[in-house]
Amino acid sequence: MKTDTKKELTRQEEFMRRHRRHHHLIAFWRALLFVLFLALWEISADLGWIDSFFFSSPSRVAACFVAQLKTNSLLTHIGITLFETVVSFILVLLFSLLLATLLWYSTRLSEVLEPYLVVLNSLPKSALAPLFIVWLGTGSTTIIVAGMSVAVFGSIISFYTGFRQVDEEKITLIYTLGGTKRDAFTKVVLPGSVPILLSTAKVNIGLALVGVIIGEFLAARRGLGYLIIYGSQVFRLDMVITSIIVLCVIALLFYKTVQVIEHRIRIKFKM
Amino acid sequence: MSDILELKKIGYSYHNLHGETKALEDISFGVRPGEFVAIVGPSGCGKSTLLSIIAGLLVPEQGTILVNNPDGSLHYPRIGYMLQRDHLFEWRTVYRNVILGLEIRKMLTPERLRTVDRLLEEYGLDKFREKRPSELSGGMKQRAALIRTLALEPQLLLLDEPFSALDYQTRLMVSSDICRLIREAGKTMIIITHDLAEAISLADRIIVLSGRPARVKRELPIKLTLRDDSPLAARNAPEFQDYFNRLWEDLTHEN
Repeated sequence: MKTDTKKELTRQEEFMRRHRRHHHLIAFWRALLFVLFLALWEISADLGWIDSFFFSSPSRVAACFVAQLKTNSLLTHIGITLFETVVSFILVLLFSLLLATLLWYSTRLSEVLEPYLVVLNSLPKSALAPLFIVWLGTGSTTIIVAGMSVAVFGSIISFYTGFRQVDEEKITLIYTLGGTKRDAFTKVVLPGSVPILLSTAKVNIGLALVGVIIGEFLAARRGLGYLIIYGSQVFRLDMVITSIIVLCVIALLFYKTVQVIEHRIRIKFKM
Repeated sequence: MSDILELKKIGYSYHNLHGETKALEDISFGVRPGEFVAIVGPSGCGKSTLLSIIAGLLVPEQGTILVNNPDGSLHYPRIGYMLQRDHLFEWRTVYRNVILGLEIRKMLTPERLRTVDRLLEEYGLDKFREKRPSELSGGMKQRAALIRTLALEPQLLLLDEPFSALDYQTRLMVSSDICRLIREAGKTMIIITHDLAEAISLADRIIVLSGRPARVKRELPIKLTLRDDSPLAARNAPEFQDYFNRLWEDLTHEN
């Protein structure tokens, strides 16, 4: 009996060890791939295999990053882009939640609006950006609206679809307990749609960033999108590539932040 | 004793673009206070529609429902409705699930909450009030759903195949358990089921509906010599098989 449990334990330990080793191995390969890529890039630029004027190099990017930091302009550009993205993300969430709620309340409204939503959702939103510039000028408002335009229609559709997927019997339960349509919404539909709200939010933060960068390409004097366009126009490709790498980091941070918030909410709601 | 609820020539049809589908036709029967009535019938015959009409979720197209309260008042009896599944919400604790009805009706009075506390204790759920529904067994979930229904102090309980989501063994125990608790609470009950054995073991009277459009085909009062025992023991009563055969005949000889 005793040897049995001991055997069990070692089996369990063995499994745990295998599991840890697997994860270490994956992390190692990820890091190695990154280092190899940087090394290959640096070496091929140093040996003249690629033209470092067009393709830059890790050392040039690092130098550019430091130089830009010193003039303080990079932090301002990053801050502007972050601010615009976060504002448009929050506005998208509020606006699409409001509209999806109205659509859920009124079947007639949702039937009337359905074709418009479908068309607006399939439209390439970058086509709207020039209009926004004419209507709203070249300030932050335009950029935020551009950011919203990319995410908002898909978001309304996902929220509304999520609301509709809630078990019809759970809504009947509310009615049998003497509840109203409002009770059905606040007690069943909204809490029942939290997983869909969260997954849509995760997609939206990325889309808002896309929209903001498109807006900055066309209209801005500040922000990473502006820095990329400006850098390419004056042939300072170090600046372009540095900005792109900063964007990669921002996208990753956004995703992770939303993921952490999602995780917290899931724990709170035990989902 | 006079009926607390009397259905008179109830009729109901569903409408769509292809035409009209009659679900119920000329349905009349009464329910006495404290009585357990089971409604059986072929699947899809409109049993759930009938229950929705009694619950007031649907308005009948023909006929009327007469109310006859023992105290002479005219208000419609307070209805408790139990659906096919327990539908406890995973985002609420067990306690917040059972007070859902009170919360919706804005009746979270100390007196009502004491009733809920008492029921939780009686039904052995006291220790689980801060747990999530997924941590309860199938039987405990049904008990929690029953407390949620009883918290509103209904006079008439409607059960729509309430145990059909459970596996057979759990179902036998839970159905007898829940019905015992409802009897002890002194409520009147109408239960829909497709399980003839369940109907015979639980009910005082069985109403057999025909296929669509549903009509009352037979009313069968059940008198088992083991009445005071549990519904599980009722299945061993000598009359059990006779009742079963008669119901079986009724349901298989559709015309």
